[in-house]
Amino acid sequence: MFDVIHQEKNNKIASFFSRLLLVFSILFFTNSIQAQSVEDASFSSVANQLAGAKLKQVSAIVDSLTQYDDERLLPILKAMLEGSLYYEKKSKRLVFTKKLEDKSFNTNGVFDDKPVENVKKNTLRKVKTNNKLRSSIRKTVAQITLFANDIAVREKAIKSMFDDLSKENVALLNQLKETEKSEKIIELINTALAISDLKNGDVSLRLQALKKLEGNLEPVVRNEVTKLLEKDSEGNYKEDALVVSTASKVLQSIEENVKFYGYLETLFFGLSLGSVLLLIAAGLAITFGVMGVINMAHGEMIMLGAYTTYVIQLLLPNNLALSILLAIPAAFIVSASVGILIERGVIQFLKGRPLETLLATFGISLILQQCVRSIFSPLNRQVATPEFMSGALEINPIFSITYNRLYILIFALVVFFLLQLILRKTSLGLNVRAVSQNRDMAKCMGIRTEWVDAMTFGLGSGIAGLAGVALSQITNVGPNLGQAYIIDSFMVVVFGGVGNLWGMLVGGFSLGVLNKFLEPQTGAVLANIIILVGIILFIQKRPRGLFPQKGRAAE
Amino acid sequence: MKKLVAACALSLAASVSMAADTIKVGVLHSLSGTMAISETTLKDTVLMMIEDQNAKGGLLGKKLEPVVVDPASNWPLFAEKARELLVKEKVDVIFGAWTSVSRKSVLPVIEELNGLMFYPVQYEGEESSKNIFYTGAAPNQQAIPAVDYLADELDVKRWVLAGTDYVYPRTTNKILEAYLKSKGVAAEDIMINYTPFGHSDWQGIVSSIKKFGGAGKKTAVVSTINGDANVPFYKELGNQGVSAEDIPVVAFSVGEEELSGFDTKPLVGHLAAWNYFQSAESDANDEFIEKWKAFIKNDDRVTNDPMEATYIGFKAWTKAVEKAGSTEVDKVRPAMYGIKVPNLTGGVAEVLPNHHFTKPVLIGEIQADGQFEVVSSTEEVAGDAWTDHLTESAKIISDWKDPSVNCGNYNTETKKCSGQNF
Repeated sequence: MFDVIHQEKNNKIASFFSRLLLVFSILFFTNSIQAQSVEDASFSSVANQLAGAKLKQVSAIVDSLTQYDDERLLPILKAMLEGSLYYEKKSKRLVFTKKLEDKSFNTNGVFDDKPVENVKKNTLRKVKTNNKLRSSIRKTVAQITLFANDIAVREKAIKSMFDDLSKENVALLNQLKETEKSEKIIELINTALAISDLKNGDVSLRLQALKKLEGNLEPVVRNEVTKLLEKDSEGNYKEDALVVSTASKVLQSIEENVKFYGYLETLFFGLSLGSVLLLIAAGLAITFGVMGVINMAHGEMIMLGAYTTYVIQLLLPNNLALSILLAIPAAFIVSASVGILIERGVIQFLKGRPLETLLATFGISLILQQCVRSIFSPLNRQVATPEFMSGALEINPIFSITYNRLYILIFALVVFFLLQLILRKTSLGLNVRAVSQNRDMAKCMGIRTEWVDAMTFGLGSGIAGLAGVALSQITNVGPNLGQAYIIDSFMVVVFGGVGNLWGMLVGGFSLGVLNKFLEPQTGAVLANIIILVGIILFIQKRPRGLFPQKGRAAE
Repeated sequence: MKKLVAACALSLAASVSMAADTIKVGVLHSLSGTMAISETTLKDTVLMMIEDQNAKGGLLGKKLEPVVVDPASNWPLFAEKARELLVKEKVDVIFGAWTSVSRKSVLPVIEELNGLMFYPVQYEGEESSKNIFYTGAAPNQQAIPAVDYLADELDVKRWVLAGTDYVYPRTTNKILEAYLKSKGVAAEDIMINYTPFGHSDWQGIVSSIKKFGGAGKKTAVVSTINGDANVPFYKELGNQGVSAEDIPVVAFSVGEEELSGFDTKPLVGHLAAWNYFQSAESDANDEFIEKWKAFIKNDDRVTNDPMEATYIGFKAWTKAVEKAGSTEVDKVRPAMYGIKVPNLTGGVAEVLPNHHFTKPVLIGEIQADGQFEVVSSTEEVAGDAWTDHLTESAKIISDWKDPSVNCGNYNTETKKCSGQNF
């Protein structure tokens, strides 16, 4: 009985508030027309205090700015979020800025429309912001943009309100709900309102909210539901028994979902690590697996590929996506030609002497590293990520796939199948396989084994170059890039089976997945050790790897 | 290539001319290998300071002469090269080392031959050698104030301590964990994670940080991740949509130089704690930056905290030499204590009897242009060699001036030095 009265009261209060809001907004509207000139002066004078203000003052100024319902508020706040609100050092005039390539700025006054081009940086000072300020500005912006025309903007605004469901925000959301047409947005609003009910509502509202939120994966929901299950100091639940039992059921279903997507996420992480392993090992599988040359400079071929990407990006600074696509063939060509040079210059004279080949190629790797250090400096180079490769594909609030990893996974598979195609379907591939199986016999059949050796080495190195393009998107481009990957690539080839490309595919992916499933339990350091020890033990049992070559050719 | 030839020629020339009327300054920084990325800059800084000092007429009427060697990021080689500098080249002072392991490698040699070294990088503390001056930050000059900032200003309640797996992060995290617990943080609100050097696959770790931070309490990451591994770490943070407003990361090893390696747009708002930022506003700093850009002949080069530490160390040493009127280690060392040199952030660095310096602690937020915006700064803090937050270290002090102590590890309870050399 009491509940019903209470609810009625609540409704009354709510309707009273919404009416009040309406009255206020009408009042405010008429008022703002009359008082525009007065308000204009005071708004700009408050805003102008931003110039030269200390951080603590800035937040106070922003607070008082949000009291005004001025259309210039939003651009100012947005510019502060982006860090593009500056003021002129001498005149203290607030300006919006746009950074140019030569590090100067195009500016335009906030309160006067006088655009100036190529303003030097040292005549401007930035309006300071910090994290705390930015997040409070973001909340204000959310309130303003809640009624924006763009659906995506509205969605973002509602989502950023999830953490801050104050009475004011709930009222705004209710208001939006009445006029909203998009189902997706209405759904979001309902979620937000349900969360707010969960927090502040009475028993029946809470039960309704729990029902609505069942299976919802937003972290806020999980936290709020967990809060309902809190016990007091004597070990008794604080909430109503019915609420507790429903909440624990809902929490359980959420936890199950979280666990499931957790596994899915780890699997994806593993596959993506596996795809990197596949890429770096693919080239080695050719040079080491097929030719039997232990090439310690393999990592440096990867590094050259990455530096090629960097150089191409320098040449095409305004078209990142194109530069990455161009880098793929370019890196292949650069690394392949260096590979051929190494083969012709050094390795062909050391045929059949693995120890000397190992030492010689190790020396080459050091030479290449120091060359890069001298040409590009020892500092890491910046390779930017194009728009289409940054960010993540959000499948649900707790499971998202980062685009760069996704593209690399696809790229690795494409490279792998192209390589298979080359080895199986082209005459070069036929020759390579022939030479690797029986060099003397192939020679007797009129195959120019010398030429085939050079081409094979070039192919292997070229593929390492491709791996470099991919790695430039996820890690440092520096002289030590190759060193970090050489051990991993040998590991994959040995594990998968020397001379077997399919083995390498399976080996790469299984090592990647294994590593990622071990990592949360053991930490990254121990996971690496366990895998290395595991492989050593595995090799004791099966010296030829997962998929050994069979038949006479293997001898 | 030209630069390389010039550098080679310079070091060759330096080692060939053996004129007795110069003061020799040893430079022990890796110019090749993993650490070349960070240490080459410091070598150039020392060379710049020497050139500057010579332009002012040298020291005690003599010219300074740099002796540059390359320990090639190889820790045992640091010891050999230090011996070479002290025995063969007979240098009067050494500026060098970056990683703690290289310093530990040099330490016995410097002590055996009674040399003098200035170590310019922030480190884990728990050491005070008679022959080394630590011009970088001790933990109480970087880590503890940074944690205080996060707790007080950003109301952080949950902590991720992430680091590379070696001595500096392990010791720092041990100190921080004890400190956080003493401030009432529960054990389940602290997550500690170590990764190998050069770790590049951060997907799983970033995702677990995200989950850890999704528990409704404000969470921050305290990062002692070293060097190269930072770039993929921050990239992954950006890609997985972890913004500085949700989970701020405060780093102790990421400076302007490290940031010059990548696109900082997604990192805006993440933090770093240092004793110096290039953006610090002071006349001395403007002058230093201008000199550096002119010396290195590249307008895009940045300055960073270890460079300032090198600057302070060099200035303090020249003052001490002038005060002592000699470059002999046994005369310069006592002259060092109490020497005050202006730092580059507008304050003063004083040499303390425990071989550390007073330094202000600055917290900066990463900006889109790769620079830091200072959001908090303290008065100068005295460097503490032995931390007060670990029970076994709290009772140990270091004082090389007070004759009743005169060691680097005086136990205030037993009133004895531990007997170890540092």
